[in-house]
Amino acid sequence: MLEPISVSLESLNLGTLAPMLVAIGGGLGILIIDLIKRDLDKSLYVMLSVLVLFVDLGIVLGLQAGERGFFDIMLIDGVAILSQIVILAASMLFIPLALTSKRFHEFSYPEFFALFLFMVAGFQFMVATDNLILIFVGLETASLALYTLIALHNREKSFEAAVKYFIMGALAAGFYVMGAMILYALTGSVEIYKIEEVLIAGDYANLTILFVGFAFLIAALGFKLSMVPFHTWTPDVYEGASAALAGYMSIVPKIAGFVVAMRIFEFMIHSDVIWLRDVLYVVIVLTMTLPNIMALVQRDVKRMLAFSSVSHAGFAMAAIMIGTTAANSALFLYWTLFLFTNLGAFTMLWISRHKESRWHIRYDHPYEKFSGMIQIMPVGAVLMALFMLSLAGVPPFSVFWGKLYLMSEAVNNDYIILALIMAINSAISAYYYLKLIVYMFLKSPEENDGTIYMKNASRPLQTIIGLSVILTVFAVLGVEPMMDVITAYIKVSGF
Amino acid sequence: MDHILSVLVFFPAVAALLGFVVSKDSIRAYGISVALIEFLLSIWLWMSFDGGYPGMQFVEMLPLIPSFGISYYLGVDGISLFIVILSTFITLIGLIALSVKNDIKNMIISLLFLEMTMVGVFVSLDAIVFYVFWELSLVPMLYIIGAWGGNLRIYAAVKFFLYTFAGSLIMLVGMLVMAYLYYQATGVWSFSITEWHRLILPMNYQIWLFVAFFIGLAIKVPMFPFHTWLPYAHGQAPTIGSIILAAVLLKMGTYGLVRLPLPMFPDASVYMITPVAVLSLIMIIYTAMVAYAQEDMKQVVAYSSISHMGVIVLGTFAMNPEGISGSVFFMLSHGIVSGALFMLVGVIYDRRQTKLMSEFGGLAKVMPRYATIMGIMVMASVGLPLTMSFVGEFLSLVGFYQVSPVMTILAGTSIILGAVYMLSLYRKSFFGEVVHEKNRDLEDLNGKESMALWSLVLVTVWLGIYPKPVLGPINNSVESLVSFMHEKSITDEAKKVIKPTVIEREAE
Repeated sequence: MLEPISVSLESLNLGTLAPMLVAIGGGLGILIIDLIKRDLDKSLYVMLSVLVLFVDLGIVLGLQAGERGFFDIMLIDGVAILSQIVILAASMLFIPLALTSKRFHEFSYPEFFALFLFMVAGFQFMVATDNLILIFVGLETASLALYTLIALHNREKSFEAAVKYFIMGALAAGFYVMGAMILYALTGSVEIYKIEEVLIAGDYANLTILFVGFAFLIAALGFKLSMVPFHTWTPDVYEGASAALAGYMSIVPKIAGFVVAMRIFEFMIHSDVIWLRDVLYVVIVLTMTLPNIMALVQRDVKRMLAFSSVSHAGFAMAAIMIGTTAANSALFLYWTLFLFTNLGAFTMLWISRHKESRWHIRYDHPYEKFSGMIQIMPVGAVLMALFMLSLAGVPPFSVFWGKLYLMSEAVNNDYIILALIMAINSAISAYYYLKLIVYMFLKSPEENDGTIYMKNASRPLQTIIGLSVILTVFAVLGVEPMMDVITAYIKVSGF
Repeated sequence: MDHILSVLVFFPAVAALLGFVVSKDSIRAYGISVALIEFLLSIWLWMSFDGGYPGMQFVEMLPLIPSFGISYYLGVDGISLFIVILSTFITLIGLIALSVKNDIKNMIISLLFLEMTMVGVFVSLDAIVFYVFWELSLVPMLYIIGAWGGNLRIYAAVKFFLYTFAGSLIMLVGMLVMAYLYYQATGVWSFSITEWHRLILPMNYQIWLFVAFFIGLAIKVPMFPFHTWLPYAHGQAPTIGSIILAAVLLKMGTYGLVRLPLPMFPDASVYMITPVAVLSLIMIIYTAMVAYAQEDMKQVVAYSSISHMGVIVLGTFAMNPEGISGSVFFMLSHGIVSGALFMLVGVIYDRRQTKLMSEFGGLAKVMPRYATIMGIMVMASVGLPLTMSFVGEFLSLVGFYQVSPVMTILAGTSIILGAVYMLSLYRKSFFGEVVHEKNRDLEDLNGKESMALWSLVLVTVWLGIYPKPVLGPINNSVESLVSFMHEKSITDEAKKVIKPTVIEREAE
């Protein structure tokens, strides 16, 4: 007869689970509301989601770094808290984009918002653990919800995008499981800190097998973070997804991926085994450079932004390779500042969403659409230009400060060549961001009464854009306090 | 008035934002009034400036990102003071003579933003603030060239932007390395340029950092072989764009050379004298020859402007007070004279919509007032004594003579070549018979053009005859800069080349 399992409730430390439970509970609540009364307006669901996320954020902010819970598989360290803050803040900023003036059928389903909250919970699980299995569960929860959200946009392209993303995601999941399995076979553990201990104690024996294991993990995370050469799905998926969701995808799944990459790779980078760092170096340089070059020839702004976000991800990955506390702090700073700008850029595309294909059979936002925008809608053109300049890294807008810190970290750790590659890539990227500015400011407008740019605009969307502009322009004032908070959190978690 | 520099920097920007509200019909008067107030403010700065004190004055300091050593740090000395005044003056003159018809509101707002960035570059003493203004200056200029330029305007504008942007990113990496070295030496982060000046670096670091900074600055100057963007930019830009570009934006490069690499890396600068001088010589002679081969008046002026920038760089790298003071003074005179020449070309372009010399001839008879001013400015460009250019060019060359007589003589050919192409331009367009019927009844200068151009002539002649009020403060600051570099340098060679005091003083 088995011993009765007795686990005291206190040792479970359920507080660590509270944030995710709030998100999941919120999602279920939305479904129940729909059961009770049908055909409620989307604005209700949007606001409920924001409130749920707000409570969630409050709980996350109240967590103490350095706790474990739920059979010790939950890990609440500084990075977990910090990345949850970014995820929740980004989600709160992006979900109001559903409040469009045009009717999109996906937003009339409460399931959309329930799925959105489940996805957020998935990402939260992913970052708040160092257990390879729970990371996988979180990753898959989030990804499956995300595929569905993309497909709900109900256009041919969206189905294609969702299926493509799903297949790639399934492949990545396979890789991930293989990699985790090999690590488990080598060390007998699925917890990263134990894997680290065993590997160090065994002095990294079985290097070849270890290499294969990490190769699988790099490929798996490479798919999720769209690192070259696993980035090919990105532009198509961005193109198929609605601009709001594409913007969301460029921020939140990436930050979750970065945290996982930080947890898995960091100890290897600091070990004597240098091949992992070399592999990452090559991947990072390719990820910064190749998408930049491909972005040059894009004809659609959304695809261009997709490639550009791949390149930005390469920049941020460089911080993980450098691997110091300051570099990891720079990563979070970079991504937060990037969030401010990308939110604005994608929202600008989102408010100009239109149904008919007027300029191009395939693309929604070809460059030609923005021809001479300065003469039709000067404010819109100036704002869009502002976001493009910020993305290009023109000071004093937000992304510049992120780049400054990252490049400075590269220099400080003797990666001068890397810093130069970053500089050259910034210069290349300026070309395609400028291309949009050239169309908006320097070309003469076609027959166009300007309503096209505001087709989808509504008061909440304009508020989001206004917020994004303020954050982008005055970012310099926030760098110091943000860096203080970030560094404090990163330091506690020992990265 | 403790915050006069901040006011000077942000007044045009605030005015530009408010300008969005001003009605289209009155925007021109608004722009001129704003530029006039800004100019008067800069004159006030000059009046309250202590010409005898060589260091930084009107210093403002406000920490922006203290843990990373970035602060809002402004100040002027004799070197930057007059370039600031040049910027406000040229903006005012350019706005008075502005002949653009379409989208004038956007043009004036961009010009005012541009004025903010120009003044900002010259007064900032923090490397990051400097970089911010440096990069921001590209944006309004991109718009001005791209929206009001000629047929190839978009190509020219994008080329201008990308060239400078790429170069300055390399400089940014240099700045980050510099900040890191400062951190290693002192334990605190700082991007303050005056603090960086105090850092003594080993030779190999100096050389690499010098190269990084030099690439960024050289593209802006533009040094041979990075000069290819400039003829396009000038060729396509509207008149006002060329005026600002030649008169002020290029000065950012040469001013940067004096402010950043020279005092920061004195040994590397001395080590690099020969390569830099050779590049300058190529720039002087080659572009002068190219200028002679042009058929377009504006291109002649553009290439002559590059050629003279070579003399400025040469003077800077003389590393003695005469050379550097001369080159700073030459920056001012180049600003005035090339600005005036571009404006003059613009005047004829407005009337005939062409700039080809073959289309003209005998203009002196049709437009006597125009021909007079053109004559004076051509002479000034050639470096005739009693004009402002003579003082600057002469001092620069005298300074470099102490470094290398042979190269100085070669550089002196710029005066001869300059005379050849400028006078032949004048002969082809202004003398002889009126060949083209269209030129017979061209209207002479109108009121606003005369006003703008005569004030430029006035400054050229005044400072050509009596340069002391300007040259004095410049010289004070430059002398202290040079003796500082002499003290700081670590190699014997550098100590020998950098001559801090003039010979008379040693005899005292």
